[in-house]
Amino acid sequence: MTRVAPQLDDGPAAWRFVPRNLAPLGAALGLALLMHFVFQPAAGSFASKLALDIAVNIILAVSLTMVNGFTGQFSMGTAGFMAVGGYAAAAVTYYGSFRLYGSPNPPAGILSAFGDPTGLPLPWLQSGDLMFVAACLFGGLVAAGAGYIVGLPSLRLRGDYLAIVTLGFGEIVRVVLQTSERRLSNAEQIAGTPWPKLLTHLGGSLGFTSIPYFTTLFWVWLAAVLTLVVAYRMKRSSYGRAFLSIREDEVAAEAMGVCTTKFKVRAFVISSFFAGVAGALIAHQVQSINAGELGFQRSFDVIIMVVLGGMGSISGAVLAAGVLTVLPELLRFMADYRMVVYALALIVMMIVRPQGLFGVREVWEVGPFRRRAAGSGAPGGGAT
Amino acid sequence: MTMLLLEDLNVHYGAIHALRGVSVSVEQGRVVTLIGANGAGKSTILRAVSGMIRPSGGRIMFEGKSLSGQPPHQILRLGLAHVPEGRGIFANLTVDENLELGAYQRSDPEGVRRDREKVYELFPRVKERLKQAAGTLSGGEQQMLAIGRALLARPRLLLLDEPSLGLAPQLVQTIFRIIREINAQGTTILLVEQNANMALAVAHHAYVLEVGAIRMHGPAADLAKSDEVRKAYLGHG
Repeated sequence: MTRVAPQLDDGPAAWRFVPRNLAPLGAALGLALLMHFVFQPAAGSFASKLALDIAVNIILAVSLTMVNGFTGQFSMGTAGFMAVGGYAAAAVTYYGSFRLYGSPNPPAGILSAFGDPTGLPLPWLQSGDLMFVAACLFGGLVAAGAGYIVGLPSLRLRGDYLAIVTLGFGEIVRVVLQTSERRLSNAEQIAGTPWPKLLTHLGGSLGFTSIPYFTTLFWVWLAAVLTLVVAYRMKRSSYGRAFLSIREDEVAAEAMGVCTTKFKVRAFVISSFFAGVAGALIAHQVQSINAGELGFQRSFDVIIMVVLGGMGSISGAVLAAGVLTVLPELLRFMADYRMVVYALALIVMMIVRPQGLFGVREVWEVGPFRRRAAGSGAPGGGAT
Repeated sequence: MTMLLLEDLNVHYGAIHALRGVSVSVEQGRVVTLIGANGAGKSTILRAVSGMIRPSGGRIMFEGKSLSGQPPHQILRLGLAHVPEGRGIFANLTVDENLELGAYQRSDPEGVRRDREKVYELFPRVKERLKQAAGTLSGGEQQMLAIGRALLARPRLLLLDEPSLGLAPQLVQTIFRIIREINAQGTTILLVEQNANMALAVAHHAYVLEVGAIRMHGPAADLAKSDEVRKAYLGHG
């Protein structure tokens, strides 16, 4: 089989999938810059928005793959974690802008500039961008914290408890956020309100609006590639193999000395982090976030991507995220029938390839890309 | 020296009293087997020892230390590996990755490499199939992989649950030959088997279980000759 990344031979002692070298980071930066400075001006605003949605969906699908695909648990809470991350980040940038700059318009550099960035006389980064990055990380961390609280009790048990609990969690998040207080917009009032109090003013049922614009192709693709790097290391390191062993056989994994509860919770927390980051990115692109739109339907969209790509296949999730983002647009000419066709395509898919496009493998491990299997006469070889 | 000692072990599955005061002792360097009919509680004993289920009463001592309340990964660290019933191989991972997970808790790559060579010697078939998904192996190969994988944890006591289950007679012979070999290399073995004939042939000491309690025990050779055992478990009228 093909191994693209070097094997990590670390023991299980600690978090070891921190990038060994900076190559993946370089690749992420390169692609992000390319998307921002070359693709965006060349492809126009519609294709650019599509590319942005694809990247966000890649983050979401890959983050869900970490739980549903790697450890074989079933989470239905993606939208809930997006909401948590999105609101948390939005609160930081919106109220932070008032606090730091006295206005709802923080200074942004060229990397966060809307439209054709090449013609704008802007510096690369300004302090507002750093606040935005910090807000995204904060959103991710808050979502990860929520993931820990949700995951710890429900992942101690084997079975479908996680699905039920995460479904409930999504609804609780939605209701809580929709009953939050109205967004404050008076600079003096904001300056006079302490942070903990500000975090209760999240816009209520109207949603959190007037969020500053930051999310460009640069930031989403940077985040998407970094998500991929983390997912790949989770799958292809000896430390990360423990996640897969739980999916394969939980009893045997325990017999190997894998503390299954710990690993399930870890995968879930990491996954929640990235879902939170995705929520934060969306919030700063649409410039508003509404918990009402982040119901379980949104979670199911992501689940469909993961199932279609193949539970456990990172490249499958990426491909499915791309296809399922573009497909509804391609079918737009069918007007009202397009969702019917979309649904039919999925049903056919489930009949023809129930394990998803790639099963648990990666694109380069199947079909013509694959080296001839090591033991071609394998299964029939020995008596059973 | 007594390596593993179970005293008055009780296990409940809900309302079902699966083990009723079982006492077993395993001497170092021996092969000890638990035989008995389906549902007698053989596998339950192994699961209790490796920490997968929590006994409701009694003591489990391994090399003088109590195992009670310890999670499976701690127990493995003490030198006690469990090959669960049904092999429990990771079907979608390669044979190589399966073996790597066997050495999951070890941090001495050099030692792991040496132990791998030993496993390859015991199971040449496993070495031939390293890059193959483990699920594509035959039943016998999967069993070999499961045992080889457990050996990579470098256990001093190996718990084997029904290693001959579902295997062709010829492969059963092979597996038992290998069990003997592993024991000869210094690993103590606690073996659960339905194939009482083979188990008694390979073991030094045997326990006969009936509905959650020890019916009798003694040197395996003696039990193999006992009328009662022959009638009930060995198929001799």
